[in-house]
This record gives sequence, structure tokens and C-alpha cells, in this order.
Amino acid sequence: MSTVLNPPPKKNRIGLEVLNYKGSKTTLCAGCGHNSISERIVECFYDLGVEPWRVAKLSGIGCSSKSPAYFLGQSHGFNSVHGRMPAVATGTLLANRNLLALGVTGDGDTASIGIGQFMHLVRRNVPMIYIIEDNGVYGLTKGQFSATADIGSTLKTGAPNQLPPFDCCALALKWGATFVARSFSGDKKQLQTLLKGAIAHKGLCVVDVISPCVTFNDHDGSTKSYSYVKDHEEALHELDFVPFFEEIAVEIPEGQVTDVELHDGSHLRIRKLEREYDPTDRIAALAALEEAAARGEVLTGLLYVNTTSPDFLEMLNLVDEPLATLPQDRVRPTQAALDEVMEELR
Amino acid sequence: MSTLEVSPVEPVTRPTGQPVINDFSIQVATVNGSGSQTANNVLMRTLFQMGIPVSGKNMFPSNIAGLPTWFTIRASKDGYTGRRKEIDFLVAMNPETAREDVMKLESGAAVVYDEPLQLNKLRTDLHFYPVPFDKLVGPVCPEAKLRKLVRNMIYDGVVGWLLSLDMQELRKALVKQFGKRKAKAAELNWGAAQAGYDWAAKTLTKTDPFRTERMNGTAGKIIIDGNSACALGAMFAGVTVVTWYPITPSSSLVETLMGYMKRFRHDPQTGKATYAIVQAEDEIASIGMALSAGWAGARSMTATAGPGISLMSEFIGLGYYAELPAVIFDVERVGPSTGLPTRTAQGDVLKNALLSHGDTKHPMLFPSSPEECFSMVSDAFNLAERFQTPVFFMTDLDLGMNNWMADPFPYPDKPIDRGKVLTAEDLNRLGGFARYKDVDGDGVGYRTLPGTNHHSAAYFTRGSGHNDKAQYTEREDDYVNNMDRLARKFEVMRTHVPRPAIELRDRARIGFVAAGSSDYAVQESRDQLRGEYGIETSYLRLRAYPFTEELKEFIGQHDRVYVVDQNRDAQFLKLMRLEYEPDLIAKLRSVRYYGGLPLDARTITDEVAAQEGR
Repeated sequence: MSTVLNPPPKKNRIGLEVLNYKGSKTTLCAGCGHNSISERIVECFYDLGVEPWRVAKLSGIGCSSKSPAYFLGQSHGFNSVHGRMPAVATGTLLANRNLLALGVTGDGDTASIGIGQFMHLVRRNVPMIYIIEDNGVYGLTKGQFSATADIGSTLKTGAPNQLPPFDCCALALKWGATFVARSFSGDKKQLQTLLKGAIAHKGLCVVDVISPCVTFNDHDGSTKSYSYVKDHEEALHELDFVPFFEEIAVEIPEGQVTDVELHDGSHLRIRKLEREYDPTDRIAALAALEEAAARGEVLTGLLYVNTTSPDFLEMLNLVDEPLATLPQDRVRPTQAALDEVMEELR
Repeated sequence: MSTLEVSPVEPVTRPTGQPVINDFSIQVATVNGSGSQTANNVLMRTLFQMGIPVSGKNMFPSNIAGLPTWFTIRASKDGYTGRRKEIDFLVAMNPETAREDVMKLESGAAVVYDEPLQLNKLRTDLHFYPVPFDKLVGPVCPEAKLRKLVRNMIYDGVVGWLLSLDMQELRKALVKQFGKRKAKAAELNWGAAQAGYDWAAKTLTKTDPFRTERMNGTAGKIIIDGNSACALGAMFAGVTVVTWYPITPSSSLVETLMGYMKRFRHDPQTGKATYAIVQAEDEIASIGMALSAGWAGARSMTATAGPGISLMSEFIGLGYYAELPAVIFDVERVGPSTGLPTRTAQGDVLKNALLSHGDTKHPMLFPSSPEECFSMVSDAFNLAERFQTPVFFMTDLDLGMNNWMADPFPYPDKPIDRGKVLTAEDLNRLGGFARYKDVDGDGVGYRTLPGTNHHSAAYFTRGSGHNDKAQYTEREDDYVNNMDRLARKFEVMRTHVPRPAIELRDRARIGFVAAGSSDYAVQESRDQLRGEYGIETSYLRLRAYPFTEELKEFIGQHDRVYVVDQNRDAQFLKLMRLEYEPDLIAKLRSVRYYGGLPLDARTITDEVAAQEGR
């Protein structure tokens, strides 16, 4: 009898298996867009060989905010309070600037209760990945509109939304995020490429992913359903990601491809589709979003990237090591310092 | 019971004709924004430098310029530095309030005032000193736009002559106040002070009894406000992350801290900061940042006042349940709602003890002096990290923003205690860990920090139901076990918080219990009760919640225990009621003051005497 040897499991560049990047079993609905996003996160962090212990997963409250339990089980996670993940991410990074902060939030968590904190996170350009799992509806409380629901989009009951939506990408663009993208949970390749780009970027990466809610917002009349997004998605360009640890092909096909070098030496290759689009032009990005919205289209791709603006942690002029673990002799001034102050107060 | 605010003021009769030396209070009534703060601080420092025990209280409006402000300086040869109700010496610079200020004085008080106000027509039982400020300021201050400021220094000179201050000390105080970089301004002001002094010496006839003499009551002391002492305490406690949102009366705590950190907490080699101070967009964000920084291993803090605490309520519940360390400075002011933002109270005690929804309870520390503001901040950080929980550091506007004499702060003798944190090496040795498992029986689990390079370091922190391993659960037994462990942890904390300060007197049947800034008034009141009524009292000064065993014993040892509260609802007393048996509760009496001014001894003395039937 011959023995059949299983091939050894595949490993990434730091010797970990994909299993090391998985989390516990999802409790979200079968078919939920959020589960696809979790899968993309697992793939990207595995592919790029990011050390799981270096990642902090942060979230607020809602279906999306539960999902960090379902990926990167070897990373610390913090499922905090509703709409306040930006503060939690900021505090975490203040304590340890070497962490890779990965925030996952929803449209209720970000655009309704959390819009204030979101805007301030944007304004500070806090270096982190901020994924909005955007389905236009409150899932965990069973189907109320969120602030990203389009005008005229209907609830399951048929009730139409009458208020204009917040476009989180437009807000992020306008007020200081340095990597802004929109994608669709059903677009595996594009989402993967954008997430890898976000991992390589240093600065705030806002990735708004239309992620349909199969239970409360996937019906006719919804503009966040699978079928609506499939029919109305307009990709800005085709994207390729070349990680820093891979050889870059010297030849760039003429005229068709723009190359963006990201902070860690990785590259995003942007291949033109129908239209000319320059993702370093912020004003053009805002205009493109406005025009697409007017046509009822969902514009996806890398809307904006800026690799030169300083991020919030750089502005604080912190020591290189994490503040969290500085030893006593570096955080308690000397007796002489105290004496000096006491003398001034006499 | 009526509010103590309306209780009649005991007239203090002073023997006529005799000089009153080093025992009076000066009130300077001005308009805010007029720059009188410098003149007032110089006056206070002059007394201090003459060796006279002194305290200064600024009673200011919630406004930037144009509303009445009163600065009170108390000189007390006996070393009392709490507020004194009676004003002996009024400097009336504000036309808006001058009339009322004069009418409120006790008979025999002295009034320095701006001549055109003609205050001397109001009463005949006071000593009036009209000063032609406008005429005096012109020659010493040619620049017209500076006159408004320099004018104040003239009253320093006039008062200097009337109280026989040592003018060389006043000059020294002025130079110190302005610093080396503003030597020119100091000279200009010194000219004004001299002009005031010379004019008074030439023109006035002193008729009031108040004067000063050099004594030796302040040697070696410093002058500092509680907020600055807290800031220094935080710096020497090794704080690394400070996130805050401006609010009176806590803003100066962080602003002072920024100044000190810039000087002493940058790496000498690289010039880089060993701390981060971030002004957040609101109090919700500031506590969110502080707690998550604590989660990620920083020594983190925020500073706020009552309205900020109300906003932080949800996050602090998360801090309790997910077990996140942070120190929250609550510089209390008068509520409810916006309340009186620039007046003092101890009105957040009950709220903070049980802040947030569900079953929650939180430790609070109550420093009562600048010395304790400094030293107990270290205790607060150690407690927060040792017990992995938010800790309230409770001060108030009186302690926080007013100037106090204090002994120089001793260098912290205790090492920084980072609590139960497992490193990668620990995990190699242990093989793994369960975040919320009560391994040591003290209710406190071991934690790891994000960024720990080990495959079993990670755990998932959440405000939802969780078991020992930090996994999501809705099971009845898991929930109850966790809540019981948290209760156990709180009980263990009882033996780790700072102990109360206790002074037992022989044969005293009556006890006082007080906390924080009430201490100054209580100490003086005890002397008054002994001297005026022959009532001997013991005193337990609380320094922390949860209450320690000593409090129970103390109540047991006395027939009646007066609990002093600077709030309407007797919040300290109510907290005791939650814990104690009826026999102890029956012994508790309440002394409350909630008018917004710093508590004074007379208020307590009158109330206790009344309740004692005297």
C-alpha cells in the first residue's frame, strides 16, 4: 500500500499559512457582503506577509463592527462603542505608533452616529485603514435607513428615503484623507488590489465598500442591492498591485498605465479604461463623484491618493518606540527637574 | 433644612483700637479682562514673601471681558487658608458692583476706592480711602493704552502703605511675576506701585486697624494651584498619552502640563516627545482615545469637568466592563447642566461612583491639597493599571484653580506599577493565557498589549458579553461569573486605595468626615467649635472611594458624625448609606454647602452648632 502524502501547506513570505490569518466563524447572514470583505482581508494580509501581531483591529457597533472577530484571529481586536471607532483607533496609535490599525465600520456607525468622529479622523489624516462596509441600512436593528441611503431608495416595506445621502468618499476627499477608494464587495480583484494598496499606504485610507445586506436591503428599489450595484458600477480604471518584495517589470506599457509608488515601496499600476482619470487630482475626484451620482452610477476604484502629506503621528514628533512600553527612566523626569520646578514656585 | 447659603452671618467682633496683625482678608473687586490678575498675584506673593500664611481665590465670571470679578486674599497668622466669609479690606475698582460690595462689609472694614465713585457717602461705619487713580496713572504710564492695566498696580502701592507691606518684597514679587523677558513691563508696574505708595504716604491718614508684620510662616513653601500640581503629578507619574477637550475649570491642568512636558519630556538626544497630547473634538473622543491608549499600553489620562463626564458616560462603562485603564481628572464645578461654570462644588461624587448603564462602579481619589494632587496622581495611575479600570481623580475649581501655599513636592518614591501585563517571553513560558481569568484571586486578569510578538498574545476586547477567554457569550453563567469577578475586583481595590487621614481626639463624641477642598474649612471649623463652643471633634478625611474599613470604624467610634458635602444632595453621605448598616447610618449627620463659593469654616461651625442645639 502506498502512502499518499499531502502537499505541505502553502506559506507566505514570513512562513505563515493562510489559516494563521483567519478568525472565528462568521455569525453574519449567509451571502452578506461583509463576509466577502473579511475574506479579502484574510487574503491580502496573508499575501503581503503582514505579521498578524502587528495589526490592531478596531470597530464600533453594528453588523460590520462584529466582523473583526471573523478575520486575523492572531491580531488584537477591539469592538468598542457605536460611532466611536475613530477615537479608539487614534488612541491605540498614540500608544503604539508601530501598529497597523485596521478599522472596520458601517454606514450607520460612520455616517450617522459617528459622522463627527469620522470627520475629525479624516482631518487628522490618522495613519490607518478605515473600511466602511456600506449597505445603506441598519442590519442589527432590522432594517432602518442609514445616512448613506440614496434619495428614492426604498426600505423592504416600500417606504422611500427622502433625505440626501452622505458620500463618505467625498467627505474624506474634501477634508484630508490621503487614500480614498470605493469598491464593491462582489468585485474580488478590485477590492483586493485596493486593500493591498491601503496596507502599503501611510496615512488615512478610507475604503468605502458597497456591501449589500441580503436580509434588509437587497430588494428591487434598493440602490445598495447586488443587482443594482452590478448594473450601475462604473470602474474608473483597472488596478494592479505590485508588492515591495516583488521585482517590478521595467517596461510600463506606453500611455495606458500610471504607476503610483506607495510608502513601503509597493506600486499601484493604474490602467486606463474609457476615461482619463488622475487619482492625484483631488478636485477632479470630487467632480467625478458628483457626476456619477447625478447619473445614478456607482463609481469604483482609487479615487484619490496623496503620498506626500504628513500623517497625524508624524506631526506629533513622537519618539520612534511605542509610548506604551517606554521604561520608567524615560517617562519620569529626574529629581533635578522637580527641584528646578519647585524653586520657580517658591 | 434650608440651604446654608441663607444662614445668618455671625458677626465677628474685633476689639476696637487694637491693631489687627496678619489676620485679615482683602477683596479686590474689578472687571474681568482689566488685567488685575497680575496686581492681585503680586499682592498675594508679597504677603507670602513676608512670611505670612496666605491664600488667594479668584471668583470670576464665565466670560472673557466686562463682567465683575473678585479676587480674595486671605492672610492668616494661624495658617488658615480656607475662604473667610468676612471681608476686612475692600479694593473697589468696579463701579458696577462697588455699591453692593460696600454694603456687604462688616462694620469696621476698610475700603480703598476710585475717588469718583464717592463710596464714602454710603456708610459711616467703615474706613474709606478715596484714591484718584486716573490722576496718578498718567505721569507713571505715558502710553494711554497701557493705563488700564498699570492702574491696578497703583492700588498695590496704596494697599502697600496702608498695610505696611515691605515694598522691596513687592518689587521682588513683581519681577518674579513678569519674568526676565518682561523686565520692562515690570519696571513700568513698579513705577506705578511706588506712585501709589508715595501718594498714600503723603495724603492718607490711616484709621483702620489692619496691618502686616514680617513673620516666619511660609519658609520653604511654594505657591501653586491644584491644576498645576496635578499636571506635575501626571508628568512624574510617567503619563504618556493625554487626550482632552477644553472645559472650565480643567483646561489649565492640561495647558500647564503641556508647558512642563515640553521642558522635561523630550528625548535629550533626538528632541522627540516621550508623550502625546491631543486636543480631541469633544469629550467623547477624548475619553475614547484615553481608554484605547490605555488598552494599547500607554499611561493615559484625560481632564474634564462635570459636563464632560456626562458625555463620557458610555465610554467609561466600556472601560469598566472591558477593563481598560485610564485616569480621568474631574475638576468639579457647579451643575446641573451648564450650571455655574466658574464656581466650585463637589457635585459629581455620586454620579461618578456609579457612572454608566448597567451595574458599574468606579474608584475615585480625593486629594485635598496641592501636595496630594501631586502625590496621589501616581496612586491613581498605579491603581488604574493594577486594576485595569478607569480611575477618577476628583478635585474641584477651588482646589484646582486657586492659589495655595504648599510644601515642596517630594520626588515620587514608589516605582511606576504597570500591572499585570504579559510579554512574549511570559507567553512562551505559559503557553497561552485567558484574558479575564481570575488567576490570582484578586479579580484582576492578565492582559497582553497589541503589538506583542507572539501567536497567542491576541485577544478580542469588547463591550458585549464575554467569558474568561474574552469570547463573545450570552450565557447566563458566563455573564454572572464575569460580573461577580468585577465586583470582587472592586472589593479588593478597597484595600489598595489611599487610606483616609484620621485625627482622633480624646473624649470626642463627634466626628467629621470630609474630602477634597472641604479640608481647609473643616480644620478651621474644628478650632472654632473647640474655641467658641467647647466642642471637641475627631476628623476622618476621605482620600478614596471605595471607602476603606477605617471609615466604618470611625463612624462606629462616634455618637454623631458630620459628613461635609459641597452639594445639595449630601452625595458623600448617600454613598455611605449605600454601604452601611442602619446602626451606622443613624449616626450620620449632614453639613451641606452648595452656593458655589469655596467652603468656609463659619458655615460649617454654625451648622454643627445648630444641629448640636448650641
